[in-house]
Amino acid sequence: MSTAAAGRLPMPGMKVYNLKLGMWIFLLSEVMFFTGLIGSYIILRFAHPEHFAAPGVVLNVPLTAFNTFVLICSSVTMVKAFAAVEQGDQKGLQRWLLATIALGTFFVGVQAVEYSVLSSEGFVPMAELYHAVGRGAVHAEGAAEAAVVGGPLYGATFYAMTGFHGAHVSIGVLCLLYVYWRARKGKYSAASLGGVEIMGLYWHFVDLVWILLFTIVYLI
Amino acid sequence: MSTSEAAVQAHLHEHGGHDHEEPFLRKYIFCTDHKMIARQFLFMSLFFLLVGGLLAAMMRWQLGFPSQPMPGAGGFPDTMAPGGIVLPEFYNSLVTMHGTIMIFFAIMPLLVGLFGNLLIPLQIGAPDMAFPRLNMASFWIAVPAGLLMLSSFFVEGGAAGAGWTSYAPLSASGEWTGVYLGQQLWLVSLIVLGFSSLAGAVNYITTIISMRAPGMTWFRLPLSTWALFITAILVLLAIPILTGALIMLLFDQTIGTGFFRPEVGGEPILWQHLFWFFGHPEVYILILPAMGITSDVLANRARKPIFGYHAMVLAIIAIAFLGWIVWGHHMFQSGMNPLLGTSFMISTMAIAVPSAIKTFNWLGTLWHGDIHLDVPMLHALSFVSMFIIGGLSGIFMANTPVDMYIHDTYFIVAHIHYVLFGGSLFAIFAGITFWFPKMFGRMMHEGVGKVHFVLTFILYNIVFFPMHNLGLRGMMRRLYDPTQYEYLQPLQPMNEFISIAAFGLVTVQFLFAGNFVWSLFRGRTAGPNPWKSNTLEWSVPSPPPHGNFDGMPVVYRGPYEYSHPDAAEDYWPQNQPPPPEVGPGPEVALSPAPEGVGP
Amino acid sequence: MDVLSWLLPESFSTFGRDIDRLYYVILWITGVVFVLTEGLLVWILVRYRHREGRRAAHIHGHRTLEMVWTTVTGVIVLGLAVASTGVWHHVKRDVPAGAMEVIVTAKQYEWNVTYPGPDGLLGTDDDFTRRNALDVPDARPVLVHLRSEDVIHSFFLPELRVKQDALPGKSIRVWFEATRPGTYVIGCAELCGLGHYRMQGQLTVHAAADYQDWMQAALAEADQ
Ligand SMILES: [Cu+2]
Ligand SMILES: [Cu+2]
Repeated sequence: MSTAAAGRLPMPGMKVYNLKLGMWIFLLSEVMFFTGLIGSYIILRFAHPEHFAAPGVVLNVPLTAFNTFVLICSSVTMVKAFAAVEQGDQKGLQRWLLATIALGTFFVGVQAVEYSVLSSEGFVPMAELYHAVGRGAVHAEGAAEAAVVGGPLYGATFYAMTGFHGAHVSIGVLCLLYVYWRARKGKYSAASLGGVEIMGLYWHFVDLVWILLFTIVYLI
Repeated sequence: MSTSEAAVQAHLHEHGGHDHEEPFLRKYIFCTDHKMIARQFLFMSLFFLLVGGLLAAMMRWQLGFPSQPMPGAGGFPDTMAPGGIVLPEFYNSLVTMHGTIMIFFAIMPLLVGLFGNLLIPLQIGAPDMAFPRLNMASFWIAVPAGLLMLSSFFVEGGAAGAGWTSYAPLSASGEWTGVYLGQQLWLVSLIVLGFSSLAGAVNYITTIISMRAPGMTWFRLPLSTWALFITAILVLLAIPILTGALIMLLFDQTIGTGFFRPEVGGEPILWQHLFWFFGHPEVYILILPAMGITSDVLANRARKPIFGYHAMVLAIIAIAFLGWIVWGHHMFQSGMNPLLGTSFMISTMAIAVPSAIKTFNWLGTLWHGDIHLDVPMLHALSFVSMFIIGGLSGIFMANTPVDMYIHDTYFIVAHIHYVLFGGSLFAIFAGITFWFPKMFGRMMHEGVGKVHFVLTFILYNIVFFPMHNLGLRGMMRRLYDPTQYEYLQPLQPMNEFISIAAFGLVTVQFLFAGNFVWSLFRGRTAGPNPWKSNTLEWSVPSPPPHGNFDGMPVVYRGPYEYSHPDAAEDYWPQNQPPPPEVGPGPEVALSPAPEGVGP
Repeated sequence: MDVLSWLLPESFSTFGRDIDRLYYVILWITGVVFVLTEGLLVWILVRYRHREGRRAAHIHGHRTLEMVWTTVTGVIVLGLAVASTGVWHHVKRDVPAGAMEVIVTAKQYEWNVTYPGPDGLLGTDDDFTRRNALDVPDARPVLVHLRSEDVIHSFFLPELRVKQDALPGKSIRVWFEATRPGTYVIGCAELCGLGHYRMQGQLTVHAAADYQDWMQAALAEADQ
């Protein structure tokens, strides 16, 4: 071992490179962010059960279940992209990245549609404007007189939790586009795949958070 | 080995020890060098320290001389202080902004931004942070956050006025305070600042884990770096909780969600839980680095190893860990379940144990030392003695029944200032005066430094010690005009006296500022190691060149081998190879030190 | 100077004595620790100050000593915590039977007190409300249902050692028993807006025998 100056290299014996370590550390912080949101949701729901509706009454569970499936698929394509770059398969990397981008965009798109439908049904985050009547009542006759289901906390927590997750997916898609752009320029190889790997870490994390949120917000 | 060596050589060629000329913008403004970023944080925070001090002076004017015109303040806008007389709403803004600015824009960036950046790479033997550009971003995100905070004074309705804790629902809607935009700017500013802190924390943790020089084992890290490491973990985990809460409050304010608004079913108490779940770790973010700095300065100026190094490290970790389960002690009188209050009391009391370990170990470090009472040491010693007071007064509040009487009184104001001023700020002075030569290559003026210390120490105690007694007389905090209460009127001479001393305290800080500026240009040239210190930052020139170390340093021993019998001098730098006939060769020394040789 | 005293002002509630006793126990313990540690610090600074030719001892620590001060501190503070739980639960939880009940509703910037009227029951027609004035009998527990109409306030009776936040949307039970007739201050201890500093009421403790007279007079006044 020479005692020459080192650059920004990890110390001898480190098994993880800095970028990956940094991403893991960053994700810990993200865990705390969502813990705060989910914790608040749980506290509010326990304190005010009357503000919340039974699963499926207001929210469209089948649609979101399908969307969940889409996001899980995008995790699979992300794994494929990483496997491709590990084998030096440039074409495969680009193809699977593109697939992940497409699925991620689709997920956000469905969420946007869901938001617009829900808000047209009176399910909004603004406390004073909240007047969700539930899916059954909207499609029935005389919807205007239907009783309001749940309360303002339902709308506020729903949009906060799914909205912040959606923002994470959107940012993820933007980062994926950047990774894709770099992949097209041939910046990644089996020896240099840090960018793809940490992208994958983030993407799987966002996916995992969604499964948790879907369970808590839609199913319970 | 050969590929990594090639990479090392290539990198050497690129950055190396040589100082190549860089354009002004790259060198001073958008610079990725951790030492420059440290200095940027230093100047930014000193500016905010001044702002925070002036806000405090205005508060003290109103408290000492209620509703009399501030001298020379006739030009104040009528929305704040018509004719120089502070309005109640402006007073609330002063209270809020003094606390917010001091905590988030002065103390925190000084301890974490300045010392984290300056010390971590140098003390572990790294050429820079793991992510230099992220590091630069961390500073340049903090600047707009600060500007947003300051700008809130000049918007309609004035700056936020719900206290630095911004309890909902007071803070959740402008209808209660008349402050709309100001409160929103306060929220946005802190959200933005959170990203800055986060970027710093990720960088510090990664750097300390992965970029230590050969031989720099965990238990050879200087305590400053240990403290900054644990602090970074606290920042990493606590800030996102605050960010989430701030965003929810911002939604309540702007689009009308009802998270914390009881009139639509929300829970004001949820804000308190979120805020203090962040807030108590935040208190340790503000004290742990100060403890680390104090430890380094004490050991160096007493020329003695830290007493119980391992216990000191464990105490830092214990304090940080316990810090997560005590937040409820801020909420004993909020209507929480008394049983919950009891459990928070017990966990809070438990923190006295690691705190006591630290205090006794500092005393043990000084014991049988060779104590040099120069300026950094004086500040570090006052950290210890003021921390004792702040720690002991904390026991009163941790005790739930006694807290019932002193909660939200000046006793708390005294306590927090003994911890944050007597504690953190004195340690900051110790750190700045100690590492000034490393940052700027020159010593600060010793005589002026001593005068500044003595005046600050005396005036500080005159200002804050009697606040304990005011609290015990039942004087509430955040009170625009105490004379409104008949039973507080006898306290008014004391309030007046405290205010006058406070003006003095603010004024003597200009001695420090003057000394700082003078020393930048005229101070005695320092040389690489003016304090005869062991740690790695002193093994390189002052200020260190780009890339810090000329060659990778190799560490042979712990950071506190002062007055070692085997060493000729009373210090033994961490990277100085042991004499060949006595010590083992470097290959052996790379493994952890054998038992008995010390950390 | 009286202002600089570390003694508490006299307390006028039953549990005030218990709280004050705990305070003095802590004051003694912390006072002794304060004198010992700060004294030791100063002594060390003088004794081991730099002298030409002095060399510091090379000591890395002392296991036994460290164990001792860790254990002693732990025992003292945890003992203190355990010793305080009784008073705490008595103050915040155990409302004595037979208390007189009133509703105190805080709002920016006043305390509105609703009395049960002659029938002694809240929520009946003879209830009446007075602004910033809480009148109670001596030597009888008083149970306050503390509420807020807008933001958080804190109901503070310094002379009776009572403090409890008033939360909008909640009704919190606070009790006390005054030990001496007289007038006492009601302050607001939680920043509640620009008029926080003048949110002040008065607690009047009447001798038990006079309380019915006061009630009649207050009722007559309320009817007008
Ligand atoms: Cu705390
Ligand atoms: Cu109030």
